[in-house]
Amino acid sequence: MILDSKIPDGPLAEKWDRHKFNVKLVNPANKRKYDIIVVGTGLAGASAAATLAELGYNVKAFCYQDSPRRAHSIAAQGGINAAKNYQNDGDSVFRLFYDTIKGGDYRAREANVYRLAQVSVNIIDQCVAQGVPFAREYGGLLANRSFGGAQVSRTFYARGQTGQQLLLGAYSALNRQIAYGKVKMYPRTEMLDLVMVDGKARGIITRHLVTGKIESHSAHAVILATGGYGNVFYLSTNAMGSNATAAWRAHKKGALFANPCFTQIHPTCIPVSGGYQSKLTLMSESLRNDGRVWVPKAVGDNRNPNDIPEDERDYFLERKYPSFGNLVPRDVASRNAKLACDEGRGVGTTKLAVYLDFADVIKRDGVNTVSQKYGNLFEMYEKITGENPYTQPMRIYPAVHYTMGGLWVDYNLMTTIPGLYATGECNFSDHGANRLGASALMQGLADGYFVIPYTIGDYLAQMPAARVETTHPAFKEAETAVRADVDRLLNINGSRTVDDFHKALGHIMWDYCGMARNAEGLQFAKQEIRKLREEFWKDVKIVGVNEELNVTLEKAARVADFLELGELMVDDALNRNESCGGHFREEYQTPENEALRDDENYTYVAAWEYTGANQPAVLHKEELKFENVKLTQRSYK
Amino acid sequence: MSWFSKTFSSSIGRKLLVAVTGLFLCSFLVVHLVGNLQLFKGDGGASFNIYSHFMATNPIIRTMEIVLALGFIFHIYEAVVLTRRNKSVRPVAYAYNRPQDNSNWSSRNMGLLGTVILVFLIIHLYNFFWRARFGEPNMIPIEGTEYDDLYSVVVQSFHLWWYVLIYVLGQIALGYHLYHGFSSAFHTLGLNHKKYTPAIQKFGAFFSIVVPAGFAAMPLYFFIKDVVLS
Amino acid sequence: MAGNNPNSKPMNLTLKIWRQKNFQSAGKMETYQVKDISPEMSFLEMMDVLNEDLLRQGIDPVAFDHDCREGICGMCSLYINGRAHGPERGTTTCQLHMRKFNDGDTITIEPWRAGPFPVLKDLCVDRSAMDRIQQAGGYISVNTGGVPDANEIPIPKAIADKAFDAATCIQCGACVAACKNGSAMLFVSAKVSQLAMLPQGKVERKTRVENMVAQMDKEGFGACTNIGSCAAECPVGISLENIAMLNREYINATFTSENV
Repeated sequence: MILDSKIPDGPLAEKWDRHKFNVKLVNPANKRKYDIIVVGTGLAGASAAATLAELGYNVKAFCYQDSPRRAHSIAAQGGINAAKNYQNDGDSVFRLFYDTIKGGDYRAREANVYRLAQVSVNIIDQCVAQGVPFAREYGGLLANRSFGGAQVSRTFYARGQTGQQLLLGAYSALNRQIAYGKVKMYPRTEMLDLVMVDGKARGIITRHLVTGKIESHSAHAVILATGGYGNVFYLSTNAMGSNATAAWRAHKKGALFANPCFTQIHPTCIPVSGGYQSKLTLMSESLRNDGRVWVPKAVGDNRNPNDIPEDERDYFLERKYPSFGNLVPRDVASRNAKLACDEGRGVGTTKLAVYLDFADVIKRDGVNTVSQKYGNLFEMYEKITGENPYTQPMRIYPAVHYTMGGLWVDYNLMTTIPGLYATGECNFSDHGANRLGASALMQGLADGYFVIPYTIGDYLAQMPAARVETTHPAFKEAETAVRADVDRLLNINGSRTVDDFHKALGHIMWDYCGMARNAEGLQFAKQEIRKLREEFWKDVKIVGVNEELNVTLEKAARVADFLELGELMVDDALNRNESCGGHFREEYQTPENEALRDDENYTYVAAWEYTGANQPAVLHKEELKFENVKLTQRSYK
Repeated sequence: MSWFSKTFSSSIGRKLLVAVTGLFLCSFLVVHLVGNLQLFKGDGGASFNIYSHFMATNPIIRTMEIVLALGFIFHIYEAVVLTRRNKSVRPVAYAYNRPQDNSNWSSRNMGLLGTVILVFLIIHLYNFFWRARFGEPNMIPIEGTEYDDLYSVVVQSFHLWWYVLIYVLGQIALGYHLYHGFSSAFHTLGLNHKKYTPAIQKFGAFFSIVVPAGFAAMPLYFFIKDVVLS
Repeated sequence: MAGNNPNSKPMNLTLKIWRQKNFQSAGKMETYQVKDISPEMSFLEMMDVLNEDLLRQGIDPVAFDHDCREGICGMCSLYINGRAHGPERGTTTCQLHMRKFNDGDTITIEPWRAGPFPVLKDLCVDRSAMDRIQQAGGYISVNTGGVPDANEIPIPKAIADKAFDAATCIQCGACVAACKNGSAMLFVSAKVSQLAMLPQGKVERKTRVENMVAQMDKEGFGACTNIGSCAAECPVGISLENIAMLNREYINATFTSENV
């Protein structure tokens, strides 16, 4: 298979405009003859569903939550980037493009990233018109703040809940189309398979999560906007229900999965407190502007942090990176926290945490100033841990936060299956090996509002409007297969709970395919995952039946997919014999423990093809060409 | 349905009627209280009887009486409709509920308080209004004219301890009803502003104490003066 | 025990939980025991422990809604010990932690109770009525593209902040659950106020409020009597002022709009 990224010709800055002119259009009167399925209603899904319906297509939108407004985009805190240059500080489309490519450690596609930067400005206009209450200055104009990986202030924000406000904007646009009857919304409905007719994506099979009803839905094209797969690790900042099932089942039907090993570990999360822990909570990265990260110098120092004198503390980020100090990028901060804990200098009862200390800034600026800046975050920390960060240092530890990898898509966001598109975190396209802060929201909305509405028309214009009925054998066959899968799970009647398996998988992934990886560990992990998967299918315990709200059954199906995806992540990490961005192979580092890229051999997208249960996945490479930026080694010394 | 009936059968429209009639009734309370303060004049009831005569015969007052009655009827009718509707919203009750942790007792019990006030009102109307209008009280000459001696009816009624008790309880219920109702009416009318709402709330609290206290003072005054102290 | 807090001893608790097989069937309270609950656990993690126990015994686990577990998605609910989202103010159930309870406590857990929120199973209720109210008008009618530059219309910071305060609603339904009248006015008012305050939303303000209130009534929610339980129990602190604004918007709209 030759991967054709379909990048348009011409200079970088003109590619998207040229492409928009060259794509075929569907006549306005004909749009109503085409049906589009959108799975997932986060930023990427809701924006796409609303916009496509506005254009005149018939849209069916699906989400597993009870309302489209609950998709996990809602939890994003920090902000959304856009090259508006409202601050007059030298920002431009090219600078946003450059920062994103560099931040991604040169493993993203230039043309896609440039387009992202271009449409970023339209996103802000659109959101303001929808009534999104962004932060404003006293003069009534929009406020900006700076974020990691950039030297300009280009981040628009809505206090600590930018994600919720942007999603509510997209949700309101979606609601308007639901009211018009152009979007049919299916909440509490999960996609369990993709249906292909004549080699094209023509529909999906779903299960209603309350009644268990398994249904077929037919369309001319299918968009997956189902988010990332961070929950492979069991513990992550993802929502409890976030899952990879839709994307994985599409992968099994032929869509290639790209760069699965690129996962982002966020450095400032509240640490795990015990085995019962179900989820990790992110604390905004902005805390590192004023907090100082440290651990005791001595191994096994169990004193109260306030009793440890200054000269017995190791402010390891300030020591190792004097120029960036506590503000090094996410991957560097995370890895160093892990190193300190590996040395036995971690803090708290689990010893898997480092201190983030605000004593200095409180002394310097006073409690009031600090509480104005970080009050909400301190409150949240206290709610969860019961500790007061004004009087004792916070404990933080890195946690899985975002997955840069995902379904491989071309410039049109189409996967390797004709008619199947992937948008937002679900695809791999824009963030390379590491995503910059405030760029996930940008990408989700860019894909949904401004990219897919153009590119999907090009595909639809070239296909007949005739519908495929759900009585078609392909649908019946897929339905039968889904039912068989469900029955298979229900009939195992084993002794171990689904969560038990999920936690076990999470441990393997975190220990061997987490912040630092090596060939030996990865090979071990691969064997362990296979064993675990085998055991799962023999011994998982599910009670109840399909025809009811059966939470255990839902989880079991998702974990079954994670058990396969986890192995592919390990394969990908093993294959990539270099360190870049979120992928750190211990064998490939500089003497100062920094990531060592291998541009000569690994400047490619690793896209994996599914070849059958327990069969080795086949690697396809899409070479990355950098014509507009120069590849450099990152240094934060 | 016309926009008008649609508006006034909506949840907000009905509340609006309750609020408007409630505020109207508040204004009645003020007039009624001020007029009845003549009882304290210590002139053997002369002013009170002249005032009563005026109230019973003046055509404007008689017209307003009808408006007042309609005010009561609307206030009660709309409140009953809303309460019944609200009750039906929760067909299965909570097994364990602690509303006292999130709201005032009076706010949650306006229906109960209103019912107590209504019972009081019926007794009150029967005893004074009915007897003044349709009964045949004794006549008393004041400055050469014969007046109904309602003053004596009042004084004698307030010599009965249980009657005084009914009045005092009725006024306590009124106080709680007003404590919620007064500022709540402004809220329902959408009259809320950072600058003025605190003042409205303070005045509402003041109103809910002073007006019922003024009314309750009348039975207590005569009971204490004529029964307890003599 | 997680951090440096030495006073965290495991707890044993008695749980009284509403069990109901599905929408059609009748439900009842059941009593369960959970042991060794760490005070560091969140309330929902305590529920996870219970469910793992039940599952191992072959008993159907208790169904409850939850997703983000960081207090923003609005999916978690639960009426805990007589309070929406439990005893702590300004906190969703997922952010409530077990250190707020004591060893030996009995905790009563019920679903949101309101006619428009039918129970689907155990503690899960159907809140789609709230979505339908939003669909009736909780939006600004602009299509994607063709909008003015974001800085073309300045909005005074004070107004933007106030609109933001209203926009923080997470649509969890605690206001309805806590209200004696089962009224959804706080929820509806939050959206109406947010959009009525912003210049972009003013264009459709009259039609919006008329339609959203009509839908709210149609769904069968109760009428607000200004009790204030809703705002007191709102996990994100939506203010009662919004209800006054909704009333104002409604009165203004219904008497002056062109919709007859």
